[in-house]
Amino acid sequence: MSTLHAGLGSSQWRDVGAIDDIPRQGARTVATASGAIAVFRTADDAIFALHDACPHKGGKLSQGIVHGHAVTCPLHGWVIGLADGCAEAPDEGCARRVPVRLAAGRVLLQVDA
Amino acid sequence: MNMIAPRRRRLVLVGNGMAGVRTLEEILSRAPEAFDITVFGAEPHGNYNRILLSPVLAGEKRFADIVTHDSAWYAARGIELIAGEEVVAIDRDARRASGARGTVRPYDVLLLATGSNPVILPVPGAGLPGVVGFRDIADVETMLAACASDMRAVVIGGGLLGLEAAHGLARRGARVSVLHLMRSLMERQLDPASAEMLRAELIARGIAVLTEANTEAILGEDRVRAVRLADGREIAADLVVMAAGIRPSIVLARAAGLACRRGVLVDDRLCTSDPAIYAVGECVEHQGQVFGLVAPLFEMAKICADAITGAAETAFRPSVPATRLKVTGIDLFSAGDFLGSADTEEIVFRDPARGVHKRLVLREDRLVGIVLYGDAADGAWYFDHLCSGTDLAGQRDGLVFGPAFAGGEAQSGVEALPDSAEICGCNGVSKGRILGAIAEHGLTTLDEVRVRTKASASCGSCTAQVEALLRKAAGAAYSATPAVKPLCKCTRLGHDAVRAAIRERRLKSIPAVMRALEWRTPDGCAACRPALNYYLLCAWPGDYADDAQSRFVNERMHANIQKDGTYSVVPRMWGGVTSATELRAIADVVEKYQIPTVKITGGQRIDMLGVTREQLPRVWRDLNAAGMVSGHAYGKALRTVKTCVGSEWCRFGTQDSTSMGIAIEKMAWGSWMPHKTKLAVSGCPRNCAEATIKDLGVVATESGWDLHVGGNGGVKVRATDRLCQVHTPAEVLEYCAAFLQLYREEAWYLERTAPWIERVGIDYVRRRIAEDGEGRRALHARFLESQCYAQKDPWAERAADDVAFADLATVA
Repeated sequence: MSTLHAGLGSSQWRDVGAIDDIPRQGARTVATASGAIAVFRTADDAIFALHDACPHKGGKLSQGIVHGHAVTCPLHGWVIGLADGCAEAPDEGCARRVPVRLAAGRVLLQVDA
Repeated sequence: MNMIAPRRRRLVLVGNGMAGVRTLEEILSRAPEAFDITVFGAEPHGNYNRILLSPVLAGEKRFADIVTHDSAWYAARGIELIAGEEVVAIDRDARRASGARGTVRPYDVLLLATGSNPVILPVPGAGLPGVVGFRDIADVETMLAACASDMRAVVIGGGLLGLEAAHGLARRGARVSVLHLMRSLMERQLDPASAEMLRAELIARGIAVLTEANTEAILGEDRVRAVRLADGREIAADLVVMAAGIRPSIVLARAAGLACRRGVLVDDRLCTSDPAIYAVGECVEHQGQVFGLVAPLFEMAKICADAITGAAETAFRPSVPATRLKVTGIDLFSAGDFLGSADTEEIVFRDPARGVHKRLVLREDRLVGIVLYGDAADGAWYFDHLCSGTDLAGQRDGLVFGPAFAGGEAQSGVEALPDSAEICGCNGVSKGRILGAIAEHGLTTLDEVRVRTKASASCGSCTAQVEALLRKAAGAAYSATPAVKPLCKCTRLGHDAVRAAIRERRLKSIPAVMRALEWRTPDGCAACRPALNYYLLCAWPGDYADDAQSRFVNERMHANIQKDGTYSVVPRMWGGVTSATELRAIADVVEKYQIPTVKITGGQRIDMLGVTREQLPRVWRDLNAAGMVSGHAYGKALRTVKTCVGSEWCRFGTQDSTSMGIAIEKMAWGSWMPHKTKLAVSGCPRNCAEATIKDLGVVATESGWDLHVGGNGGVKVRATDRLCQVHTPAEVLEYCAAFLQLYREEAWYLERTAPWIERVGIDYVRRRIAEDGEGRRALHARFLESQCYAQKDPWAERAADDVAFADLATVA
């Protein structure tokens, strides 16, 4: 089982921008003390957030092509599921998920305070 | 013997459609010399297979493919064809038929085959432009003319015809909704369980299905805008197709005083209330029944020909109709009393995971009804049992598994069939005819069988059976259709098929392509999206809006991503020539942004490595200010034209290769390609610019310029093939542009020129570029046309947009 729930008691929801600031089938990054977080917007307007590093060689997932609920890493083409952050077989490894939600068109990210 | 041949009787056919012309064929086969024949047709062409209109609509066939009788056919038989003139009156006393344009023909026997008209619902707005039926090729042309990508189409009627129309429009890229009055689709052919599976399949293909949808009005001012339902819902529509049934076309018959109810009344010999007038096809009513499927029409043709020629005394007894849906990929067969009644029993097989549903209805151990959904391969075998009334008491336990199990013999469906069994329902081709053609002509491929017999040449639902017959009959000589490598896992289509569909169906957006070609994924993958983006850009320059989100990062960012996530920046240096101003500007940029590495590239450019994403717009602004533009070092695009110093400086140089290279680069920069494309120009055969390992190399000689293509200096080194020699700089430019355009239009995405030329052959490229002057000039013109839209510096377009390259937010 995954234990990759970022931030628990000490973290809080932070408004990082409007959903329309992120292109459909694209991503934008949020700079944090613990590194860049990629916030993805899919074609069906779902929002996901992962640490912006591919489990393979640290490629910037925020720069990949977003398709369905997955992103293809720009460096070597690993396909990472946006919901769980995990690489599609046969590759193995997961990018850390970050809790994210939408409220009235705003993107709220749960990050360490 | 008589010196004067008896006067031939005059036969006038009113209606140049499938039923009428089939009847003529039957008459001619019985009595080839008995009649002088005139055919009136309202449509301005010969006869065509109306059943195949839906593949034409879907872009799977062209009109020419479905023409069954062209004007030569009529001419060869001495038949007078009056095409494009409707018969408006029949004078039964004088025995004369009169056309709308005044043509009059006397008759001894008149054959009415006026067919049917689509039912146009009597709702407000039904007459608006944009509302069409789906009955003839003119309707299809109307639909195609209206068909733009992302057009919204509403099909009223969820029966056979409506669903075929919906499928065809969806294949053309339209967003389609089907409105059906009843609770379940195709309720006259499907039981509720299979109707539900069909509905799910259509929805999965992106077709919206609204059942119990009662159309109340069609809205719009000068053109249709929406459809309003009785429950108040409005569905936006640019096109409305009425496919809510057909009605026998009897205006002419009624005006002539023939007995009519719903249709023209006929007896068992297809004779109307006037003994000189016969009727066949969808316009007739026989014992209270009217007809819409092709099989009974063809039976009528035989009986009617027997009666008219007096060849035999036969009576029309309509057989059980069987239905297949001509929607690619949906396998459906229905026949007989598929719902059953109190005195019937059912055998049902369901495998929802595979999408298979079979229902067999028996009465006293005889098959009376069939519904097959998802796997209709055994349809013909079941149908044969249904028609012949075989007693199946001994086979009931295995019956639902088809001929392979029923009766214990391990035979595949098609082998178990008698020679008379119909394999291809669209074209009425029996097993015996297919086997006969294979034996007679030594056929070994599916395509050959299609050409010879038309079997499986229409909807393709019998392809598996035809292949099975071929495998069995041709044995070792059988060659399977070569498998096309799909573009990616989202589709079964290969690159060429996708490109052809984009052009022919005028698909102009990635979602339109995916809808039309039934992509398996909602929005593709990292392999197909960039390919589709390129194919659309290449097919519709100026029209297609580039989709940045379908571009690989380098082309989206207009810089090359490096392993640490920074980028490299390479400004264009025309022909590899630079100046103090440019070098000074580059030096300033390197210092200002503390760019860690500066490197000379293999293509004679300067590469600045280690620029961060946020810095990119500022770096571009500074380079733009010094007159430099993007070098496209990051793209599947024209990269560099490398040159030597040529005759200007070199003591061996024969031509000014530097100026030539600059001219080519000025012409070709900015163009998107299937893959990166590198050029070079050498000023003499010593070839210092290494032109013979480039995609396109130009080498000067004393007498002109040698053109070389298809070289590669990468993983697999390949020297170029020599294309030809030309003499003037203008010719160099024309040939280069034509070659680049041919590569752009015909190579697969991510295929470099070297493998492309190995695939198509250098002879092909020579033919297109060196030998076909007109074709070359057309390619050249298309390249320049495309360049009008492509030659915009992507850096200048983005340099002002710091925000897009910055973080969305910073959380402290």
